[in-house]
Amino acid sequence: MPVRITRADVEHVARLARLALTEEEIEQLTGELETILEHAAAVSTLDLAGVPPTAHPLPLVNVLRADVVRPPLDRAEVLAQAPDVEDGRFRVPRILDAP
Amino acid sequence: MRAALEIATDVRSGARRAREVVEESLRAIENREPDVHAFTLVLRDEAMAAADAIDAAVQRGEDPGPLAGVPIALKDNLCTRGVPTTCSSRILDGWRPPYSATVVDRVVAAGAVVIGKTNLDEFAMGSSTENSAFGPTRNPHDLDRVPGGSSGGSAAAVAAGFAPVALGSDTGGSIRQPAALCGVVGVKPTYGRVSRYGLVAFASSLDQIGPFANSVADAALVFDVIAGPDPLDSTSIVDVPEPVLPVLDDGVAGLRVGIIEELMDVDGVQPEVHAAVERAGAALKDAGAAVERVSVPSATYGLAAYYLIAPAEASSNLARYDGVRYGLRVDGDDVASMNARTRDAGFGPEVKRRIMLGTYALSAGYYDAYYGQAQRVRTLIIRDFERVYRECDVLLSPTSPTVAFKLGAKTGEPLAMYLSDVCTIATNLAGHPAISVPFGTGEAGLPVGVQVLAPALGEPIMFRVAKALEDAR
Repeated sequence: MPVRITRADVEHVARLARLALTEEEIEQLTGELETILEHAAAVSTLDLAGVPPTAHPLPLVNVLRADVVRPPLDRAEVLAQAPDVEDGRFRVPRILDAP
Repeated sequence: MRAALEIATDVRSGARRAREVVEESLRAIENREPDVHAFTLVLRDEAMAAADAIDAAVQRGEDPGPLAGVPIALKDNLCTRGVPTTCSSRILDGWRPPYSATVVDRVVAAGAVVIGKTNLDEFAMGSSTENSAFGPTRNPHDLDRVPGGSSGGSAAAVAAGFAPVALGSDTGGSIRQPAALCGVVGVKPTYGRVSRYGLVAFASSLDQIGPFANSVADAALVFDVIAGPDPLDSTSIVDVPEPVLPVLDDGVAGLRVGIIEELMDVDGVQPEVHAAVERAGAALKDAGAAVERVSVPSATYGLAAYYLIAPAEASSNLARYDGVRYGLRVDGDDVASMNARTRDAGFGPEVKRRIMLGTYALSAGYYDAYYGQAQRVRTLIIRDFERVYRECDVLLSPTSPTVAFKLGAKTGEPLAMYLSDVCTIATNLAGHPAISVPFGTGEAGLPVGVQVLAPALGEPIMFRVAKALEDAR
């Protein structure tokens, strides 16, 4: 099945995936995604009406364990891994538009 | 390098010191690691200290456990508390996990000595270990060739004698394919049989941790240590497994073995690989098994389904690398641009390709045609296996269609690289166990692996058949 991936598709998906791709990357991925999806499209032409989807190999429902208090991760050790922290919290650039 | 079973027996009895064993490993690493590049990090001082602690325990009359003094190499996507864990990615630059993976705790509690963290395709995405931010690993049998992937560092470490055993992870063949290409044993257990807690997630419904070793018995020894339920992994199977080591030599008399037709005739299977599987079938027949050809028609669709499902899950799992809590950050004017710039700078080309592919397959308008259809194919594969396992106890196929290929041979063609997983993928989609056993040689005298597949929780029979193949070599 022919698949057509445009540059606009790649830019749209990159936005969804939070990837600030370079011009060259957009160019290259446009062709590559088309080639790979053409192969993968083998599955989209199969008649699978009535076949239920499988999301997971084990039939698990509501796995519970005993509600026992156990020591959490060490706060200082966790925060020491962050690029930027302030007052025991993760610090990030502004989230809202207002400066 | 001596067998892990022998090392552990000697160290437990006091016949040999763990320190000597670890020194021998470190010497081997010193000699050949510059050529092979199996490791992202060698833990020289830590390993010596751990060995001394084990020797001291033996001196006190304590038993350090079934892996006493056995050097073990860990794929660098297994979290080790306080020790850098990179996933061979720039995006985890400088990260020291605040906890260890359950498998790491288990092998250490059993007396194993962690000798180093091994190289991988970035986030386990690849089949050659060339997609590492730290450069490729080379195949110890021929340094111009790849070790396979993504657990290429662990496979090469065992093949080069750096450690008798190693751990890797297998999402679509990432333990079995490098094991085949490096001439060692590699095991992908039943999904849920080994805890995934502390394994950096790639595709959560497919990922499974397993051992590498030079022999089936050593692989069984490590499997018995790491298998079993874990309250920290809600997908781990709650039943406690029977150990496989005691049943290894029970033989194959009366077992029914099926050779998967579709995987024997798949495009690009080398004649020597085809012949090795035929010979493996004949050897099992000589040992008393009934061997026949079987058909698993949906196996051929597995690859296409896998390359939709795995990237889809990966695109979701890798959303966590956002420059906020750990690893790399590239600054931006606001959070969204910081996220996007960090991710573009931190991920390599293959990881970006898979994130893009997965995001596309899950996006509005395409979800049903791609991801939904792939999940239905997954059902077909499970049904095909269910049918075949009514007639057979285990199945045989090639592990990889070819022997180790040259470095750079497939790096420009993502699809050609993906095709090297064609024989291993159906197992992951079904959640079943499989093992690769070295069986003869192929092109240029390079190792060939034969794959033994079994139904869910069929590890005891799978290991028995693997041992019979090893004995017949």
